[in-house]
Amino acid sequence: MSASQYVDTMEAAAGRLPERRRTVFSDRAISIALVIPSIIAIAIFVYGFIGWSLRVSLSEWTGLIPDYTFAGLRQYAELLDDRRFAIDVRNTAIFTVLFLAASLSIGLYLAVLLDQRLKGENLFRSIFLFPMAISFIVTGVAWRWLMTSATGTRISGLNLLFQNLGLDFLINKWHLTDPPWGIAFIVIPAVWQMSGFTMALYLGGLRSISEDLREAARVDGAGEFQIYRYIIMPLLRPVTLSAIIILGHISLKIFDLIVAISQNNIALDVPGVYMWRTTFDGNNYGQGAAIGIFMLVTVALLIIPYMVYSMRTETEL
Amino acid sequence: MTTQRLARQITRPIMYLMLVLMAIFYLLPIYVLLVTGLKSFAEVDLQRMWDLPSAIYFENFLAAYENLAPHLWNSLRLVIPSSIISSMVGSVNGYVFSKWKFKASDAIFTLILFGMFIPYQSILIPLVQFMERLGLRGSITGLILVHVIYGIPITTLIFRNYYAGVPTEMLEAGRIDGAGMLGLYRWIVFPLSIPGFVVVLIWQFTQAYNDFLFAVVLTKNTTWPVTVALNNMAGSQIVQWNVQMAGALLAALPTLLIYIFLGRFFLRGLMAGALKG
Repeated sequence: MSASQYVDTMEAAAGRLPERRRTVFSDRAISIALVIPSIIAIAIFVYGFIGWSLRVSLSEWTGLIPDYTFAGLRQYAELLDDRRFAIDVRNTAIFTVLFLAASLSIGLYLAVLLDQRLKGENLFRSIFLFPMAISFIVTGVAWRWLMTSATGTRISGLNLLFQNLGLDFLINKWHLTDPPWGIAFIVIPAVWQMSGFTMALYLGGLRSISEDLREAARVDGAGEFQIYRYIIMPLLRPVTLSAIIILGHISLKIFDLIVAISQNNIALDVPGVYMWRTTFDGNNYGQGAAIGIFMLVTVALLIIPYMVYSMRTETEL
Repeated sequence: MTTQRLARQITRPIMYLMLVLMAIFYLLPIYVLLVTGLKSFAEVDLQRMWDLPSAIYFENFLAAYENLAPHLWNSLRLVIPSSIISSMVGSVNGYVFSKWKFKASDAIFTLILFGMFIPYQSILIPLVQFMERLGLRGSITGLILVHVIYGIPITTLIFRNYYAGVPTEMLEAGRIDGAGMLGLYRWIVFPLSIPGFVVVLIWQFTQAYNDFLFAVVLTKNTTWPVTVALNNMAGSQIVQWNVQMAGALLAALPTLLIYIFLGRFFLRGLMAGALKG
């Protein structure tokens, strides 16, 4: 019997049941009334609008005036034949794979280094993490000038730095490298911005592993490398999963960084940018909605299994 | 033991070296932004980008500020109300979803949470149409509303997790003393919420300040926040690169200052985004 039920029973015995019942009922009513506005807002702005987008994506709508004439799956079929959209999908795939691989490995590397309890740990941690506070637009503007592809007497940015350091073999055309690999260079600023976050996740995971466990392994004759390989890495698996989900959905939605760096260069296009351009510059609302729904489906394929898994393990705890 | 100590003496400097090299990578863009911003117009030269300024000038920052000032102001007018409203909404929601669960409340919470992950391109056309019809497209008020609504999932999540740590026995005790649902919030839960509010305020401040997608479709040139203004400035051929760099640093300053002074709380908001983190 919970304490509240106990109180109810005691009050019933004292003959005060009706009043208590009423207050409990009205507390419940108040609590529901308090969250109803948020529930309605999400119902409209998330689920209602997704439905509305779906309807636009199945329509003929091009031009400024809404036109909901049913077009079936025509917008989607056209996307399949669209060369620009094919570039977008390829770019997203390259970007996501490289971004995840680099962020996870650099994040883990930094976390393991910081876990050695060196002096100045806090300072280093702050340095690795501060780009998280900055907008992708600022990051894009700064990196666009670092990744300038000019050579010869007009050489500047990182290429100039490489030249001055005698590292000429590193000089390259950055994001203006021939397709499809230009997009791979946009991973650099993205990793600059997000790897600190991965580091923080891993460091949290490492710090939650008890020192006793490591000590026990040491007593059993395990070397530091073996401890990481056989004890710590398996324990960090849930952290890796969280990081993949968070970074993965950011990567599938990447938009502002590309806008700021590429300035309308089709070779570096991604679905998020295409949707924005075709809808608000080209007035191809039907096509824009279809791209939006496509993006939603790709993110949902990543997020929904994770949310189901998360909720399940939470109820088990 | 001695071999272990010897090994440490060798590995420590190597580890420091690796940390310092990585730190250089993270600080490089800030270095360029800073030295470029502090040079005189005469000294600015793409081919001498990495050189330190011979003396300190603020011409670049002044030129950038002239361009961006109204938009920085727009950003603050947008971000301050939206983060305050967001945190209040999140606090009330979190209280109900953690301590006053009703039938299907967990399922509803999960549905709300999904809103945090959706690509906003999938709701952008209806959103613009809807705001247009309400007459809110182009206004800061409209953008505040949008940030508050799409902030509901994350703010509710952070507060729900935060309140899960408030022992239910405390609320039971309050109830025995005669407090109702609102009284418990007012006298027990709210006073314990200050750290939660700090985390959510900082998180929402950063999110709304750094947003570009909503701003670019919902505002016009007089109401552009700084992200949109900076991007347009960087895209134009008229504004010099050095002024762009100074502008980028200027635009980054508010959230950077928050990070420097309140980094601990910033990190906590970040972790909440990892659901179970």
